[in-house]
Amino acid sequence: MKQLPIAAAFLAAALLSAGPAAAQGLDQTINQIFADYTGWYVALIFADLPGTNFSWIALWLVVAALIFTGYFGFIQFKGFVHSIKLVKGDYSDPDDAGEVSHFQALATALSGTVGLGNIAGVAVAVGIGGPGATFWMIIAGLFGMATKFTECTLGVKYRNEYPDGRVSGGPMYYMTKGFAERGLKGGSIFAVIFCIFTILGALGGGNMFQANQAHAQLSGVLGEYPGWITGAVLAVVTGIVIVGGIKSIARVTEKVVPFMGIFYIVVSIIILLRNFDEIGWAFGQIFEGAFTGLGVAGGFTGALIQGFRRAAFSNEAGIGSAAIAHSAVRTKEPVTEGYVALLEPFIDTVVICTMTALVIVITGVLNIDPETGMYIWNAEAGQIETEGGVSGVELTSAAYAQSFSWFPAMLAIAVVLFAFSTMISWSYYGLKAWTYLFGEGAMKENIFKVIFCLFIVIGAAANLGPVIDFSDAMLFSMAVINVIALYLLMPIVKKELGSYVERLRTGEIKKFK
Amino acid sequence: MTSEKFVVAYEGSVEDSSLLSYALERARKEGAALHIVHVLEWSPYSFLTPEELEERHGRRKDEISRAREVILEPAIAEIEKAGVTCTGEIRYGQVVEIIAEIAGAQKAAMIFVGRSGRNSVSSRVFGSVPLGLAQIAPVPTVIVP
Repeated sequence: MKQLPIAAAFLAAALLSAGPAAAQGLDQTINQIFADYTGWYVALIFADLPGTNFSWIALWLVVAALIFTGYFGFIQFKGFVHSIKLVKGDYSDPDDAGEVSHFQALATALSGTVGLGNIAGVAVAVGIGGPGATFWMIIAGLFGMATKFTECTLGVKYRNEYPDGRVSGGPMYYMTKGFAERGLKGGSIFAVIFCIFTILGALGGGNMFQANQAHAQLSGVLGEYPGWITGAVLAVVTGIVIVGGIKSIARVTEKVVPFMGIFYIVVSIIILLRNFDEIGWAFGQIFEGAFTGLGVAGGFTGALIQGFRRAAFSNEAGIGSAAIAHSAVRTKEPVTEGYVALLEPFIDTVVICTMTALVIVITGVLNIDPETGMYIWNAEAGQIETEGGVSGVELTSAAYAQSFSWFPAMLAIAVVLFAFSTMISWSYYGLKAWTYLFGEGAMKENIFKVIFCLFIVIGAAANLGPVIDFSDAMLFSMAVINVIALYLLMPIVKKELGSYVERLRTGEIKKFK
Repeated sequence: MTSEKFVVAYEGSVEDSSLLSYALERARKEGAALHIVHVLEWSPYSFLTPEELEERHGRRKDEISRAREVILEPAIAEIEKAGVTCTGEIRYGQVVEIIAEIAGAQKAAMIFVGRSGRNSVSSRVFGSVPLGLAQIAPVPTVIVP
C-alpha cells in the first residue's frame, strides 16, 4: 500500500510519456475538463451581488472580519503586545516544557499559510487589481486577525484529547461540541459539510495551486517542459512523506521554510532600500489605486475584490484551516491561542504580502502609459500589461530579477519548498476532515493520501486560470460554513476572553518570565 | 542528617557510568546526597510538522516514562543500593541552563558532569555541556573524564 502513490505517479508519468506534444495536449485536455466540470461552481461562489460587480463572498469575509473586530473590541490592536509575550513564552508554565509551545503552533500554522499566496497570489492580485489591491489586502489582513482569533480560540476549546495523548481539533469539533453546548441543532451537518469542503480545498488550494505555481516557476528557470513532470516528482516526494511516513523530509522542509521566508523578507527589504526614493511614490500608487483603480478594469472595486480575494487566500482567516493547526498547543487557556493566532494574518499578509506588492510596484514590471500615468490594461489577458507578458509567480520573479539576476533560481527553490510545505500541511488538514467523515484506519487514510498525490500531477499539468479559480472556490466554501459557525459560537469566545482578561488583570494568570 | 547535596547531570550513556561511580564515591566520603538530573533536549522554538504537533503530548509522556524506566530509576537504585540518599528528576529544555537552575534551586554544593558529549561535532560548534556549565554554573563543577 505504501508504494501506491509512487506507483500511481509513475503510471501517470508513463501515460503521459508518449511525447512532449502529446503531453502538452493532455495538459490542455485536463485543463478543459477541469474548466467544464468546476466552472459552474466557481461562478456560483464568485457571483456578484445583484446590480453590482462586487462578489458576495468577498463581502461575506470582510463583514465577518469587521463584526469580529467590533465584537471583540479591536482585539488585534489591543492584544497585539500580549500576543507577542505569549509567543515568547512569558506566560508558559515551565512544567509544560516538552509540550507544543505557542511559538510552535504558530510556526506550523504559518508554514501552511506563508507560501505561494504571498509570492504568486500577490502578483495575481496586483496584476489584475493594480497596486490599489495591496491597500485592500492590508486592510483585509488587519481585520482578518480578529477572525483568526475567534476560530483558533474555539479550535483549542473544543478539541478532542484522546487517551493516547493525541490531540485533534478544528472547526468540525467546535461545530459539533460548541453547537451542542449552546443548545443549537445541526452541528454535525455543519461539520460534515465543512469536512467535504476541506477535503476539496486541500486538493485545490492546498495542492493543485501549489503544484501549478511550483511548475510555473521551475519552467521559467529551466525552460518550458510539460507540467506533469513537476507534478510526478512532487507527487513521489509527497507520497514518500505522507504515505511512506518518512518524516525526515518533512522535518527538513519545516526547518528550511522559515529561513526561506526570512531570506525572502531580507531580499525584499534590500530591494526596497535600494529604491528608497521611490517608496513614497509606490505607497502613493497603492493609495491612489485603492480608490481609483488607476486604469484597472473594474476600477476601485476591481482593486478591492482582488485585494480581498488574495488576502483571504493567503492568510486563510475565516477558512478554518488554522484552527486545525493551532489546536495542539498546550495551554489551559484556549483564548491564549487565539491571541497567538491573530499574529498569523499580520505576518502573512500585512508584512510579507505587502513586501511582494511593493517590490512589484517599485521595480516597474507593470507597464504604465507615460502620457496618462495610468496602467495599461491588456483586455485579452485580463490583467495589466507586464514586462514580457508574465503573470503570477513569474511576475514576482521578474520584479525581483530587476535587482538580483540570480533571484529567479533562488525563488524557484523557495517556491518549490513553500509549495511542498503547504502541501504537507494541507494533506494533514484534508486527512483530518477525511478521517472525521470516514473514520480512522490505515487503509482509509491511505486512500485519501493517494488521491492527494494524484491531484498534485493534475495541478501541475493544468493552466493557471481554472486551477486558481477552483482553489479559491473551495477555500471560500469552507469559509461560508465556518463563518456561520463562528457567528453562532462567538458569545462563547467573548466569555472566555472576558474571564481571561479579568484574571490577567488580577494576577491570577501568572507571568513566568 | 545529610548536610550537602550534589547535582549529577546524567545523560545515561555508557560513558556516564564512570560519572555516576565517581559522584557516588564523593558523596559517600562527604556524607552528601545526590540529585540526578536527566535533561531531554528541547526548544520551544523548534519547528514541527502538523502531525508532530498532534502527537507531541503523547510522545512527551512516552519519552518521560522511557527516560524514567531506562535511565533515571536504575541510576537511583544503584546509588541507593550503595547506601547514599538519592533523588532524581527528568526535565525538558537546554541541558546547561536546566542543570544550573536546579543546582541553584536545590542549593547544591557541587555539580558533577561527564566530559563526553553525545555528539562531538555539534559540541565543537555550539559548545559542550561541561564548557557551558563552566561558564554559568552557580556552584563548583566537576568534569569527570
